[in-house]
Amino acid sequence: MNQNQTFYYDRVVRQFSVMTIVWGLVGMLVGVLIASQLAWPALNFDIAWLSYGRLRPLHTNAVIFAFGGSALFASVYYVVQRTGQTRLFAPKLAEFTFWGWQLVILSAAVSLPLGYTTGKEYAELEWPIDLLIAVVWVCFAIVFFGTLAKRRVKHIYVANWFFGAFILAVAVLHIVNSAEIPAGWMKSYSAYAGVQDAMVQWWYGHNAVGFFLTAGFLGMMYYFVPKQAQRPVYSYRLSIVHFWALIFTYMWAGPHHLHYTALPDWTQTLGMVFSLILLAPSWGGMINGIMTLSGAWHKLRDDPVLRFLIVSLSFYGMSTFEGPMMSIKTVNALSHYTDWTVGHVHSGALGWVGLISMGTIYFLIPKLFGQKEMYSKKAIELHFWMATVGIVLYIAAMWIAGVMQGLMWRALNADGTLTYTFVESVKATYPYYVIRVFGGLLYFLGMVVMAWNAWKTIAQGQSVSVAIPELSHSQRNA
Amino acid sequence: MDILYLLIPLSVTLVLFVLIGLWWAIFRDQFDDLDVEAERILHND
Repeated sequence: MNQNQTFYYDRVVRQFSVMTIVWGLVGMLVGVLIASQLAWPALNFDIAWLSYGRLRPLHTNAVIFAFGGSALFASVYYVVQRTGQTRLFAPKLAEFTFWGWQLVILSAAVSLPLGYTTGKEYAELEWPIDLLIAVVWVCFAIVFFGTLAKRRVKHIYVANWFFGAFILAVAVLHIVNSAEIPAGWMKSYSAYAGVQDAMVQWWYGHNAVGFFLTAGFLGMMYYFVPKQAQRPVYSYRLSIVHFWALIFTYMWAGPHHLHYTALPDWTQTLGMVFSLILLAPSWGGMINGIMTLSGAWHKLRDDPVLRFLIVSLSFYGMSTFEGPMMSIKTVNALSHYTDWTVGHVHSGALGWVGLISMGTIYFLIPKLFGQKEMYSKKAIELHFWMATVGIVLYIAAMWIAGVMQGLMWRALNADGTLTYTFVESVKATYPYYVIRVFGGLLYFLGMVVMAWNAWKTIAQGQSVSVAIPELSHSQRNA
Repeated sequence: MDILYLLIPLSVTLVLFVLIGLWWAIFRDQFDDLDVEAERILHND
């Protein structure tokens, strides 16, 4: 056996972990800026590059694909090696996925403010960047499935099933939704038109939530929650049921984004029914994760990293309850196009995706740099409370604003005319926009604390190579 | 809604792949000793 084969390949995990923090800072800062622009429009500074319409996709791309994506790459590469007790397959290709992904992010950071966009939400990047994404993603799949194939443990740990589904589904979604006809270097037209395009867009959009922001991070959860708690997951059987139930039922929730549009009524209802079904596997998984601490709840008091992971699950539970409710057509008639939707998305994004990623990075950084723990436990504690209070301010403000907007828009006078003009609802929303800015700012500053803490930890540590442990005979791949 | 002629067969195909995955996992004894597998990640690093 090659000498190198006796060590895990963690270089790429280190790179992605550090970039998770960097892109988190960037993406969240842009979020704070655009939230401020909604409260104080003068912050556009009359510069086209800084206008809301261009920065908003930059914010979503940066937090979802740069911050969330880097956290996913890091944990996939870490977990598939550890659970398979084998070195990463094709490390050079893994390095390529790192640099390729950073190039995608940089292209987004340049092209979006310049105004290049396909106009498709969460898929705004123009076709040359789409091609690069596809290439990087295929390499990601080769590295992951290659590592899985050379694993030395017969059983495939459940986290890897989630990762595998996430990688394959995102490949299919990206390729189908990004089918477009180039018309010049940075201009293209979608292969679909009208309501067909809307259907493909939200089939993609919601499944991106399902497979990128849910399945991927659930894989993270099923590895890092048990590791940090030092207990096996509450029910491993349930985790397997959770996986198969979730991926069997996820694909058709998308039409709930198109209630009361030109989409045929039955398709809307189908989307609603599938969204409601999703409540079951989602809550099964949420309860499974939280109950891992059953009998050891005291760990929550002493361990702020574990608190990040567990509180992220409670936000996962909240948003997977809220989502199906909002997909009910009667509820949607009130909530759609209001800031309630924005609140819902952020309860999932800040609460679930953000906190689980931060917990994971807090777990990984010391291990990757040969330290016992993070430089400052107090700083993790502080970060936890800043993040949690920030989320609560954010989502409570958006709930109130959203329901208020929905009620104002539908209010009618006795003679059938509208009670309020649109601008009156904008004016009434102003205080909630200000509260949202403070919530977001707090969340961002928490990330600054994390960056400082990680910097200190890395500065006193060094990159270490971890040896792959020997297997006992019974563990070997039969 | 011609697009459904693409999206529905695509979803059905994906579900078939999921079924094949489940079939493979069951008959390759992936789920035979779950208690041991749940514990294993805690011991090896």
